[in-house]
Amino acid sequence: MSLIRLQNISRLYEMGGETIHALRDVSMEVQRGEYVAIMGPSGSGKSTLMNLLGCLDTCTSGTYELNGALVSELDDNQLAEIRNREIGFVFQTFNLLPRANALRNVELPLIYAGVPSAERKRIAMETLESVGLGNRIRHKPNEMSGGQRQRVAIARALVNSPSIILADEPTGNLDTKTGDEILALLRQLSDKGNTIFVVTHEEDVARHARRIIRIRDGLIADDSGGKK
Amino acid sequence: MRFLFEIKEGLLIAWDAVRANKMRSVLTTLGIIIGIVTVTAMATAIDALNRAFRESISVLGADVLFVSRINWQTHTEQEWIEEMNRPDITREQARKVENQMRLASAVAPTVSSTRAVWYKKRRANRVSIVGTTDQFLTTSGFSIALGRFMTADEVEGGRPVCVIGNDVATNLFEREPPLGKKIKIGEHQLEVIGVLEKRGSFLGMESFDNQVILPIPQFVFSYWRRPSYDIQVKVAQLDQLEDAKEELRGLVRKIRHDNPADPDSFSINQQEQFVQTFDKVTGTIAAVGLVITGMSLLVGGIGIMNIMFVSVAERTREIGVRKAIGAKRRTILLQFLIEAASICLLGGLAGLGITYVLTLLAAGAFPYFPLTMSLPVMGLAIVTSILTGVISGFLPAWRAARMNPVDALRNE
Repeated sequence: MSLIRLQNISRLYEMGGETIHALRDVSMEVQRGEYVAIMGPSGSGKSTLMNLLGCLDTCTSGTYELNGALVSELDDNQLAEIRNREIGFVFQTFNLLPRANALRNVELPLIYAGVPSAERKRIAMETLESVGLGNRIRHKPNEMSGGQRQRVAIARALVNSPSIILADEPTGNLDTKTGDEILALLRQLSDKGNTIFVVTHEEDVARHARRIIRIRDGLIADDSGGKK
Repeated sequence: MRFLFEIKEGLLIAWDAVRANKMRSVLTTLGIIIGIVTVTAMATAIDALNRAFRESISVLGADVLFVSRINWQTHTEQEWIEEMNRPDITREQARKVENQMRLASAVAPTVSSTRAVWYKKRRANRVSIVGTTDQFLTTSGFSIALGRFMTADEVEGGRPVCVIGNDVATNLFEREPPLGKKIKIGEHQLEVIGVLEKRGSFLGMESFDNQVILPIPQFVFSYWRRPSYDIQVKVAQLDQLEDAKEELRGLVRKIRHDNPADPDSFSINQQEQFVQTFDKVTGTIAAVGLVITGMSLLVGGIGIMNIMFVSVAERTREIGVRKAIGAKRRTILLQFLIEAASICLLGGLAGLGITYVLTLLAAGAFPYFPLTMSLPVMGLAIVTSILTGVISGFLPAWRAARMNPVDALRNE
């Protein structure tokens, strides 16, 4: 069974009386453990696709099955639960809580999942160690470098052991060297069996994935295995 | 379980937010502090007024009935005119009540007036002069500090003797022993045979310690030829108060020959009536006062609402992130409600502290006024401040909770 199955997904926006087709009749399947890059120019619909995959947004028509659950039928609260359990987000601008230290940032998804304090701290600590930040747990985001911040964000995405990790331009705010480190880390996670999506417009970044989906004008223009 | 968890989490976040914006928090809280101070100060003052009243009303005695032409609870002008036209209660009628009333332990007719009292060159103005009988000691509940009260014989014989209140004694005699001395009221001299125990004032206006008590015949002879009497009836047993009241009413109607078809030509008053009238008055004062002071709390609440809207707008992105990683609407709602409630609770506690200090200061300045902050007032302040936070925080929190995560995350 596929981890993700999109069937005839469309997403329309009303904007100033005009209807915009962000996605038109998109269908695709993704298996567990795949490393997928979603590419496309601005306005192509790749962000909309990522929002749908991440259950932040719902489609106008079509069906979305994630891990056997028909996500397209769920309400706001159920979607929040799915996001908490099944999806880990990594953002271009990290989006850490500025006043909370690394440990607390990573704990957050566990808090919303209702994990008791002691266990939460243990899991968060282990996850931070796994991304190489075991010695930075008490640091706040403004006391860390960009690369370290993105590692914290990745740890936060991983901490609930989600089915998929969605990274939106994860290297967009980093220099090349740090960006490569982050990509290497994602690659490592992929090798461990995690399902990863990277949304990017950089070929260099996309090349790390094993499959590249190109979006243009709300349609899948190309879907092929990426180069190693 | 999950709910407690979220509350604890909300408290942590709220504390963070308050600390992160110290100046803003202090200024916002100021509105609530002022609101809570005015509300609690008002409530404490009304509370003290009530207690002062109850303390002084207890002087009248719950088991004493007061027969009078006038109803203490008279409301309209018409009633007043009707009462003034009632025939006087005479000494003869009072005597019949004394002789025939069964459920009473003491009956004392009284007449009173206000005069200046002299001793040598010293004068006390506006002293109440009360003409009564030896039974008055029982019905009034006074006790004697010095000397003795009038005897039945002295009353019958209309002897020129008197018993004086504590204030009269200190005002006229200062350090001299008053017993046996002659005081002068109008043209007549009276010998002081006793001094009453200090009793305190009634509502701070009319002092029971500022009176001179003398035999009725002496009073009638010297000051007022044909007065209308009031009759104080002390009921033998408090649980027979209603029966006694009925007996008294029937008896006085019979004595005064009230026509069976007519209403009473007199009123039977009791302490309870005063309490009711007073409760009505203080109830109104409290309602009006709390509405007015509540306004300042409302202003404080609007301040909180305003700042919470700002806080929500500033943290749109944070809300987006929290939603993306699994916060539900309820969680976000709760987070901001708790934040608003915490700010208000802090303000409420600070306000309570300020009122407490003010109460202590005021109590020091007015030692005879029973000013203390009561537990219900404290509870009221805390509940009110939390409620203010929850109510004024609701709209901003609701806006935060309903944010679309995609839009919230896109917010710069």
